This record gives sequence, C-alpha cells and structure tokens, in this order.
Amino acid sequence: MSLFDHLPILPVVLPLFAGILLLALRNRSLALQRGVSLLATLALVPLALALIGMASDGSHLVYKLGNWVAPYGIVLVADRLAAWMLLTTALLAVFALLYAVGAPSDGTSSHSTKPASGQVAGYPQPSPQMGEGANAGPLCPPGCKPNYDQNGRHFHVLFQLQLFGLNGAFLTGDLFNLFVFFEILLLASYGLLLHGGGRLRVKAGLHYVVINLVGSTLFLFAVGTLYGVTGTLNMADLAVKLAATPAEHAALVQSAALLLFSVFALKAALLPLYLWLPAAYAHASAPVAALFAIMTKVGAYSILRVYSLIAGDSAGPLTQLLDAWLAPLALVTLVLGMLGVIASTALRQQAAYLVVVSIGSLLLAFGLGSADALAAGLYYLPHTTFASAALFLLADSISRARGELADRFESGPAMPGARVMGGLFFVVAVALAGLPPLSGFLGKFMLLKAALDSALLAWVWSIVLITGLLGVIALARSGSLLFYRTHSAHDPASLLRPTTGTLAPVAGLLLLVVGMTIWAGPVSDYAADTAAQLRAPQQYIEAVLGTRQ
Amino acid sequence: MEALIAVVIGVLTAGGVFLALRGQTFPVVLGLTLLSYAVNLFLFIMGRLAIGVPPVISAAAEAYTDPLPQALVLTAIVISFGMTAFVIVLALKARGELGNDHVDGLQHEEDRDR
Repeated sequence: MSLFDHLPILPVVLPLFAGILLLALRNRSLALQRGVSLLATLALVPLALALIGMASDGSHLVYKLGNWVAPYGIVLVADRLAAWMLLTTALLAVFALLYAVGAPSDGTSSHSTKPASGQVAGYPQPSPQMGEGANAGPLCPPGCKPNYDQNGRHFHVLFQLQLFGLNGAFLTGDLFNLFVFFEILLLASYGLLLHGGGRLRVKAGLHYVVINLVGSTLFLFAVGTLYGVTGTLNMADLAVKLAATPAEHAALVQSAALLLFSVFALKAALLPLYLWLPAAYAHASAPVAALFAIMTKVGAYSILRVYSLIAGDSAGPLTQLLDAWLAPLALVTLVLGMLGVIASTALRQQAAYLVVVSIGSLLLAFGLGSADALAAGLYYLPHTTFASAALFLLADSISRARGELADRFESGPAMPGARVMGGLFFVVAVALAGLPPLSGFLGKFMLLKAALDSALLAWVWSIVLITGLLGVIALARSGSLLFYRTHSAHDPASLLRPTTGTLAPVAGLLLLVVGMTIWAGPVSDYAADTAAQLRAPQQYIEAVLGTRQ
Repeated sequence: MEALIAVVIGVLTAGGVFLALRGQTFPVVLGLTLLSYAVNLFLFIMGRLAIGVPPVISAAAEAYTDPLPQALVLTAIVISFGMTAFVIVLALKARGELGNDHVDGLQHEEDRDR
C-alpha cells in the first residue's frame, strides 16, 4: 500500500495524535502549544483538498481498518460528500483557532468576572480552579489579559479532540462507529462549551449535556434494534439487508429508523428539538460558538448519509421514509427560528437563532430530496457555516467594544473601530440574509429553483421568501441600533478597540464566503456531482462491499 | 426469560425517563444512569438470548452466541460510565456556581435579558 491509500484515515488520526501530544506538552510554553495546535489544524486543509481531488472523479475511497473485509470490519469511506464536509470543517477550524489564539477573552457578557452576587449564604463558593476568573488561567501570569485559549486548561487538547470526532463522524461507514465518533465530538464539545466557566455558561452547559446524553441513549436503542433485525451495522450492508426486510419486521425497522432520525434531528436542532441550541451557543465563548457552527451540520450530514443509503427509492419498507417528515419540519423550523431572530434581545442570541434558521433551510433542501435540491443544500452548507461563525466572532468584538452593554440591543456608546466592524457586520448580514451578491443568495436561489417541481412549491416559496425578508429586517435593525443609534460614552476607557487579531479571522471567513461566490460555478458543479452520487447509493454499496452485488 | 428481560428493560427505561424529568440535578443524573443501564441491557440481548454456548469458535461447540453485541455493549458501558462521571461533576459545579441544585438554576437579577 502506498501512502495515498492511507489518506482517508489521516484526517482522523492527525487531530487525535495532535491532541495527545498537546496533553503531553501541557506544561510547556504557550507558544509551543499554539504552534502545534495551529499546525495540526492547518494540515487538515491540504488533506481535505487531496481527498476532494481523489473523490472528485466519483470514486469512493474505502479504507478497511485492520484490513478486515467490509461487513465484518469497520470501514472509513471518503466520497464527495465526506471530503466536502472535511474541507468545510478544516477551514472553519483554522479561523476559529486563530481567533482563540488572537483575541482577548475578557469583557464578554456571559463570562462575568464579577463574583456571583446571588450566592446563597452557607453554600460553598466556587473554588478559583473551578469557577469564574478571567485571570484564573494557569498559562497567564497575573496582570496579563488572557486570550480564549488561556482562559482555562486544555483548550487546544479539547479543540483537537473535537476535530477528531467531527472528521471521524464524516468519514465512518459504520453506524456504531458513527455513535462512537458522536460521543467523542460531544464530550469534547462539553469541555469546550464550559471552557472558561461562568454561571450562565454552566447553566446552559448542563442543559446541553443532559439533552445530548438522552439523545445518545436513543441512538443506542435505534442501533440495537437495527442490529437485532439485520445483524449488521455497516451502513452499506445495512442498506442491502433493510431493503430485503421481511414484512413482519417492517414496523420494527421503520420505528428504529425514525428513532434514529429523531436523534439526528436533535443534533441538527430541527423542530421541535432545537430548544437547547440558542442558550448553549449564545453562552459559549466566541471561538467555540464559531466552531459549533459545524456541529448542527453533523446532524444534517448524518441524515443525508444514512437516509440516502437506507431510505432511498428502492429500500423495501423504508422507501422514502423521511419524505413525510423532513421538509415540513424544516419549514416550521425556518419560521420559528426566524421569529427567534426577530425577538432576540442580544446579538449573540440572534446569531444562535440564525443557526436554527440555516439548519431549517438546509434540511428543507435535503427534505425535498431531488438532485437539484440536494445540490442547493450542499452549496448552502459551507456558506452558512462560515457566515454564522463570522457573526459569532464579530459579535464578540462588538460586545467588547460596547463596555457594560455588551451585545445587548440597547442604544449604547459609539464604538471604537465602528467603521471596520460596521463594514464587516454589513457583509455578514448580507451573507446571512441571503441578499445578492453573496453566496447566500445563490444558495437560496438554487433552493427555490429546485422546489419548482415539488409538491410543496407554494409552501417552500412563501416561507423561504417571507423568512428571508424578516431576516433582512431583523439584521438591518440590529445593525442600525448597534452602529448608528449611539451616544457619546461616559467612560470611553472601558470600551476596547478591536485588534487585528480579533477582526482578521472574521475577515478570513468572509473571504471564504466571497470566494464561494466568485467560484460559484466550480463549487456548485461539485455540489451537483455530490448530489448525483448521493442519489445513486448503489455505487457506495458496491464500493464498500466489493463487487459481489 | 425473554419476558423477564423485556420487563426489566421497560421498568428501567420508565424509571429513567421519570427521574430525568425531575427538577433537581441529582434525580436527573440518576435518571440518565438508569436509561444507560436499560440501553446497555437492550443492546446485549439484541444478539438473542443463548445460554451456555461460546461466543468464539471452539471445536466442541454445537451453537454460538453472537459476540458482536457483547463488544458493542462494552463500548457503550465505557462511554456511558464516562459521561455519567462528567455529568456528576458538572452538576456539582452547577450547584456551586448557581447556588442551588435546580436544573434551571436560581434566577439572578443580573442575568435578565441574556
């Protein structure tokens, strides 16, 4: 085997080894840790590009772990979709990490440095290691302003393990292995979400952890039922076995498949399972929230991957199982998410609801199910990931520049550096609202065009267009309130001017969005090819199981 | 035997769901633990109940039990054990930071509008 044959596993093992190495380096200098972490994250980009190059001819790169033959061993499968998700994750992670390294973390609204005033007498106060404290970071000597990665221990370790879980989930071809990678990325995300501590963050974190633990339990029930009926967990083999399910087991596999769908819908934050998202994302530190922009897409990816295989056009009792559920639920998610955007009282809350909106649009595209709609969704996915992440990062700079008011929608002091931030906010808002000329518009246009021959045409057009208008209004109102309706500050010293380190990652993410617009032709061609590949699951099955079909 | 196992899983799940919906963190943690016990048992018997037969190839065996669910359940036990440990620590931290053990925490004046 040449080195190229091992390419599909490198995006999985590289962050794992980087994470372990960083754990070993935890007492070494900060510069070394940052260097290792940045290098490992940057290396994911060429790896993902190489995988895209190899998968773009339509082949499935199947990597047999331990060289066990397919239905018996675990396989990793890199096809167009997996490579696409890997590239999105890698690019997002680079900018999120740059922000974590370059941005000072004090002055955020959820991370109050004041002691909890409402402590009930007699209850133990949090110890310095566990609790509040922008200055409690062990890597930061007293008096320095800690950056996000110094705000607690092991930021870089958790970050790399998060990437390990994400990349593994995108590449695996085994349902139980998908569960394991879900747990890895969730456990790392619990650590990242709580990183830095703070009362509100702990409260939001507790809800997030408990609901995801229940989700994991349901995942295992669904996997167990599918295994009990079919005797296999390899997704390709599962597709073959489920298509031939005897009639007496039809109800059993349908309920297991729908249970699995509800787990993925929970991760993707689809109605009615999105209620955990706004609090968790709004209270996570900015670089973590930016990285989490890909987390809901893992749920969307899993829906696409698993159901394109096991619930395609000729899948026995599961044929077109999700058609009745996915698109209508996505439409309602879109509406409720946009109502949340309008009703938000702070910019980060608004950003979190915009994530819900984007998952509504994305799953609507996947729910429509035609090749054009899938292509629209796959084009829209990286766009919305980068744009939401940029808004989370920018909201952090804005809240730091507004002193006590933070990111709340109240008339406040004129911000230092308002011109640059206002310009960036304008571009982010145009991208997220789906206005021309940026890629959000192209994605929405492709989606609307793909809905033309759908039975839901009237619903899709009216809801997508009206929520789009509401999004424009909400973002225009936020922008004018934050940047125009200002008064002179009483104490300008408390307002922090944004540094290059905080704004450069935002600009970088926006350049990616602009790039997706300029090279919209090749990108949408790739998305269309990916959609065609997903619509022909037989290729995947043959690639994994060999040519015995 | 099948009926007994099914009843055990059902009771564990029902107890787990009931406790997970309580308002204080300790019952919620217990509920999550019961749910994970239920699902571990469920995964284990998905290989069907077979008594006194080996899981790996042996010359003397007349029948085999399915070894895969045993491997799966081992993984699931390790993961749920780790997650339970984590959620206990988190619940303790929430108790320390929020000053009470309600899952929604105590309402602070300064937390409004956030």
